[in-house]
Amino acid sequence: MTKKQRQEQFISEKEVEHLAELAKLELSKKEFTKLRGELNEILGYFRLIDEVDTENVSPTYHVQDIVNVLRDDTPTPQQPDMLLEDAPQKKDRFIKAPKMI
Amino acid sequence: MHEQDTEGVKIGLEVHCQLTSLATKLFCSSPSDYRGKPPNTNICPVCIGTPGSLPVLNRKAVTHAAMIALALNFKIPERMLFFRKNYFYPDMAKNFQITQYDRAGGVPFATDGHITLDSGKRIRIGRMQLEEDPAKLSYDGTIESSTQTFVDYNRAGITLVEIVTDPDFESPREAREFLNKLSSILEHLSVSDLNLEGSVRCDANISMAGGRRVEVKNISSFKEVERALNFEITRQRSLTSKGIKVMQETRHWDEIRRITISLRLKEEEQDYRYFPEADLVPVTLTKQFVQDVKKGMPEMPEERAKRFQKDYHLSGETAQILVREKALADFFEEAAKHSKDARQLGSWLAVDLQAYLNEYGKSLEELKLTPKHFAEMANMVSSGEVSRGAAKTAFVEMLKTGRMPRSISEEKGLKVISDTGFVESLIDKIFSENPQAVQDALKDPKAVNFLLGQIMRATKGRVDPAVANRLVRERLAAAKGSK
Ligand SMILES: [Zn+2]
Repeated sequence: MTKKQRQEQFISEKEVEHLAELAKLELSKKEFTKLRGELNEILGYFRLIDEVDTENVSPTYHVQDIVNVLRDDTPTPQQPDMLLEDAPQKKDRFIKAPKMI
Repeated sequence: MHEQDTEGVKIGLEVHCQLTSLATKLFCSSPSDYRGKPPNTNICPVCIGTPGSLPVLNRKAVTHAAMIALALNFKIPERMLFFRKNYFYPDMAKNFQITQYDRAGGVPFATDGHITLDSGKRIRIGRMQLEEDPAKLSYDGTIESSTQTFVDYNRAGITLVEIVTDPDFESPREAREFLNKLSSILEHLSVSDLNLEGSVRCDANISMAGGRRVEVKNISSFKEVERALNFEITRQRSLTSKGIKVMQETRHWDEIRRITISLRLKEEEQDYRYFPEADLVPVTLTKQFVQDVKKGMPEMPEERAKRFQKDYHLSGETAQILVREKALADFFEEAAKHSKDARQLGSWLAVDLQAYLNEYGKSLEELKLTPKHFAEMANMVSSGEVSRGAAKTAFVEMLKTGRMPRSISEEKGLKVISDTGFVESLIDKIFSENPQAVQDALKDPKAVNFLLGQIMRATKGRVDPAVANRLVRERLAAAKGSK
């Protein structure tokens, strides 16, 4: 990456605020600056892709050239109690989550 | 329900329907019969979002969705994709919902469908997509006062079909007719049991001339939709009449208070950052596949209504009412096997029964009556054993008690009076009690109805009207001659 690319800003302060809001993250000033810098570097790196001419290339939605992986509608026994053991907080059989609204 | 002025009203519907006849979830083999189960019993690493778990699409879900798409006149694209809809909310453990998308190169399950209303008006259905149902959340007390959220993932991953109409409805009544037709189609396809709690949900958007679009979320049954829409029209109209502009917003239907409440969602939450779900490969829906599904389709309500008209000589209107619910149409056909007069039978089921059910807010199922009850009813009338008018008494008694109509008719003495001697002596009595009416009837043939009414009243409608009519006219002619 060239020095010039590194200095370029690919993500605005406002966009970082928006992302933090979507991810439900409360960022300190320090974290905010650090994250913005990192995101900027990642996006700058991805800008390299823009250099490729894709004019006549059709979009790819999957990297593997396979289609139609399907299964039969037959239930299989599950181990719900084992999964519940991993839940950080429970009440009876419910999984507890923070208040959302 | 009161009718109101619906000028300038535009309504669109978004229906979510679970494909309840599937045994497993959409992307995993967890059982789908979650109703009545203890929380978090029908779960596996996929539907609980364990890192590293991979979704695999349910083949039967694709077939059932294709049946719905064909029944609703959709175009099925040759290839479809799944997308991730990203949001942070505990009802999806993965922090995204696997759904479909019609932008960013996404291809929904089907596009450009429609349902035609009885008026001939076509309601366009822009798209249909397959997606997973989120988990069920509950709270300590109310949603506002609770300090925690309790999550039950049994419902997470259940197959949903989302059906989105264009804003083509011009009244709540049209929306109701559409939903009646849609539910009958789903019942006839046997893909969904709409009577199961929570199997269908509806959102509606509604705008009126000069106002902005308001979205009403969380209408939990088709029956509530017309009510919610009527409320919203009244609310918006009253705002407009006070000179207040209707704002664009999302409201929530409160089923208990029967009002819509503003949700005040932050705009920020609407950014779902859709992108293709790389854990699922594209699905091709070949012409051959669509052909095969088409071949396996059962009879649809519209075809059935036409057959009823042809085979049972029903009126178009009666046939339409009967096919509105599959259970009623099945009941009719079963009863018709025991009846010599399907037209008579159709009218009891489509008219008299419906009036009773509406009045008492009951369903046919609750009445615990057999098709034979209605067949006997129809047979009694069509054979002339009981008049249509007197039969009504037996009918209501039958619905209330579950007794067979003939035994009610015998007990209450509803049988048609065929003894003409009795009728003649009754006419003597009525003529002598009503001399003025007799004079009127002699001058004006229309006035004879009063005398006929007296006979019907005295016998509770048990005299065959044709017989009474003939005898009264004979008596009047004789009186005229003797003058
Ligand atoms: Zn599962």
